[in-house]
Amino acid sequence: MEFDLSKPQRLLQKSARELFARACPAKRVRELMATDTALHPELWSAVAEQGWLGIHLAESCSGLGLGTVELAVVAEEMGRACFPGPFLGTVWAATLIAEANARSKHLEALATGESKATVALVEPEASWDPADVQLRGTKVGNGFKVSGRKSFVLDAGVADLIVCVARADDGLALLAIGAKAPGVTITATPGLDQTRKLYDVNFEGVTIGAEDVLAVGDAARAALERSMQVITLAVCADMLGGMQWIIEDAVEYAKTRQQFGKAIGSFQAVQHMCADMLLWTESSRSATYFAAWALTAEPASAARVVSTAKVYVSDASREVANRGVQVHGGIGFTWEHDLQLFYKRSKASEILFGDAAYHRAQLADLVFSG
Amino acid sequence: MDLGLTKSELEFRDELRAWLKANLPKKSSQAVKTAESAAAYHQYLKDWQRKLYEGGYAGVAWPKEYGGRGATFIEQAIFQEELALADAPERMGTIGQGLVGPTIITVGTDEQKKRYLRGILSGDEVWCQGFSEPNAGSDLASLETKGIRDGDDFVVNGQKIWTSYAHIADLCLLVVRTDTNAPKHKGLTCLLVDMKSPGITVRPLKMMSGDSGFNEMFFSNVRVPANRVLGQVNDGWNVAITALSNERANLGSGLYVVFKRNLEAVLDHARKLRRHGKPVVEDPVLRQKLAQCYVDLEVFRLNTTRALSNLTKTGIPGPEGSIQKLYWSELNQRNAEIAMEVLGSHALLSNFDSGRWVYNYLRSRGNTIEAGTSEVQRNIIAQRVLGLPRSY
Ligand SMILES: Cc1cc2nc3c(=O)[nH]c(=O)nc-3n(C[C@H](O)[C@H](O)[C@H](O)COP(=O)(O)OP(=O)(O)OC[C@H]3O[C@@H](n4cnc5c(N)ncnc54)[C@H](O)[C@@H]3O)c2cc1C
Repeated sequence: MEFDLSKPQRLLQKSARELFARACPAKRVRELMATDTALHPELWSAVAEQGWLGIHLAESCSGLGLGTVELAVVAEEMGRACFPGPFLGTVWAATLIAEANARSKHLEALATGESKATVALVEPEASWDPADVQLRGTKVGNGFKVSGRKSFVLDAGVADLIVCVARADDGLALLAIGAKAPGVTITATPGLDQTRKLYDVNFEGVTIGAEDVLAVGDAARAALERSMQVITLAVCADMLGGMQWIIEDAVEYAKTRQQFGKAIGSFQAVQHMCADMLLWTESSRSATYFAAWALTAEPASAARVVSTAKVYVSDASREVANRGVQVHGGIGFTWEHDLQLFYKRSKASEILFGDAAYHRAQLADLVFSG
Repeated sequence: MDLGLTKSELEFRDELRAWLKANLPKKSSQAVKTAESAAAYHQYLKDWQRKLYEGGYAGVAWPKEYGGRGATFIEQAIFQEELALADAPERMGTIGQGLVGPTIITVGTDEQKKRYLRGILSGDEVWCQGFSEPNAGSDLASLETKGIRDGDDFVVNGQKIWTSYAHIADLCLLVVRTDTNAPKHKGLTCLLVDMKSPGITVRPLKMMSGDSGFNEMFFSNVRVPANRVLGQVNDGWNVAITALSNERANLGSGLYVVFKRNLEAVLDHARKLRRHGKPVVEDPVLRQKLAQCYVDLEVFRLNTTRALSNLTKTGIPGPEGSIQKLYWSELNQRNAEIAMEVLGSHALLSNFDSGRWVYNYLRSRGNTIEAGTSEVQRNIIAQRVLGLPRSY
């Protein structure tokens, strides 16, 4: 047993860190935030060329054939760089498609970065629980027809493909819909975190042919759950990377900023904030990497370990971000300081794919029965 | 990252499982603790320690030549998880195993290793830790108990306080001042003291929880042979830090079995007790809190496993053990509070469920004080792990 990154995983971490330091400095993050899509085509291609869009997918699904630990390694570095763009949407959709139908024609284009995608799950009522999906999918021959609205859809503005989760007679249906298909309207919704854009997607009598029905019923439900576990893990790793940036930044500042003739880091009130930040960050690392390992190695425990990580990391990440601002004083509260980028991304990640309260409720159902 | 077990780790685990099946005491540790006298409970734990020793499981990662198993820290981690899964009794002699033993292994002479290590593992010799004094708690290095060299002996005079297990201990790891002229960290020496030495008086102190876990110790011209110096004379501060680092690293990992048992028992109550016409476990607020207890405990387990995995590479526990100490002490307090909330008004009675929860609630208050206060742990993390400037 080894509870630490292996040599190849360390190398991956190093090359991801270097790539983002070079190609995604804070200045570029700010430029992209201010755009409608947060997408930078060259930056996106650089990530795609590494194979990171399908890093955890099997080679038969056009992936690199590595595991969820490697996905977490890359996502952590993205979090540390506040990497803007449609990573979550695309990777979620690719994972979902691969789980639903490993031979889908869409996978290659997604994994190579040629096309982008997203999943439309959440509805205006704002529940991340697939059981709450109400948007109707009406059977038409072997295909479907859908009408209704989805909200909080990641990256829809740049997506070529939208996987819509609809309620059919026999459970959920996963329907692949072209973003430009007739009847699809995509509206940007202003976000707290401007590095990952959110949209409303309206479907107005959109018809889906049999070949675009990815899965229905139990198979749809299972693929959706699995894909959400994988992407929730990626969000945890993203938060972890953010926490790591914040604590390094805060400790550095505490060592250099002087008040009362001394470094503020010599004041215990400041030291104790930093100590707590380290405890939360390192504990989040244990929880995230355990979940990353278990998702591939022990899939039966996936729901439990991912919810455990999302509960812990969501709360820890918020607390670390709060302390990070406090250690900086006034400068930490400015638009100018980069902390605000991490602060907002952390808060958004806390909520995406279910907040701590949601996952505590999930865990209670999983572990308290009997 | 590979949390799967290797072939030899699997063999270790399976062998251990079979051994536990055959050797676990019939009566659960909780039943004996609540139903029988303190002396009977101590004997029960002592018998269990003896069994572990004879089975070769007392010092999983300790050298073979001193009665250990010579296994890895990973196997140590597996061992702790398996004990928790099997609901085994907690360990006795935590001071000897968690703190004194590893320090003797690190800095002791061959003769000291031969003399003391086996007794720690077999449970035959119980140790206590004579560090704190009335005027030297967090500021341990300011301690005043003196050890004056006289021929082949050191003559010890002074007072210690809060000494856990002193009333039942055979031996004591004692820190004394041997050079009163040197700066405070430079004049200390660690001694391995026989508690039966003439001149030692032990007076029990009652804890908030009502039991007498710790004591005052008075030393009046106690003679300690010079070959009982652990490490070098006047280098006792470094030896004490080694001991405390081991304490922080080890204490928590052994507690997982206790914490897990407590959470399972609380969940049992939450399923059976009713509030507003429904089982407590269905109360949405308490359900959230209980789920958080589960998460915190699970993250504690993972932190411990990760720390042991890292120890395999570094060999000696460092200041990051303070993270573990901080984590488990505050976790146990939170979980004890939530347990009381689950019990509701039943928590008013100190004999409900044999008094277990009231005791836990009160005893856990000491967790953020003993083995270094939470404030001191945060100082250590800030200054020695994160490298922030010293404030004192
Ligand atoms: C149950 C229990 C068992 C114990 N067992 C043993 C034992 O076996 N052997 C042994 O030697 N000792 C033992 N102790 C003693 C324990 O190690 C001390 O109580 C502890 O180190 C604190 O010292 P103190 O009580 O003198 O408090 P003080 O040091 O006086 O602390 C009082 C308060 O001031 C704070 N404080 C002090 N210094 C600082 C600082 N620099 N920065 C910030 N805050 C500070 C503390 O955190 C605390 O809140 C035990 C204590 C308990 C409660």
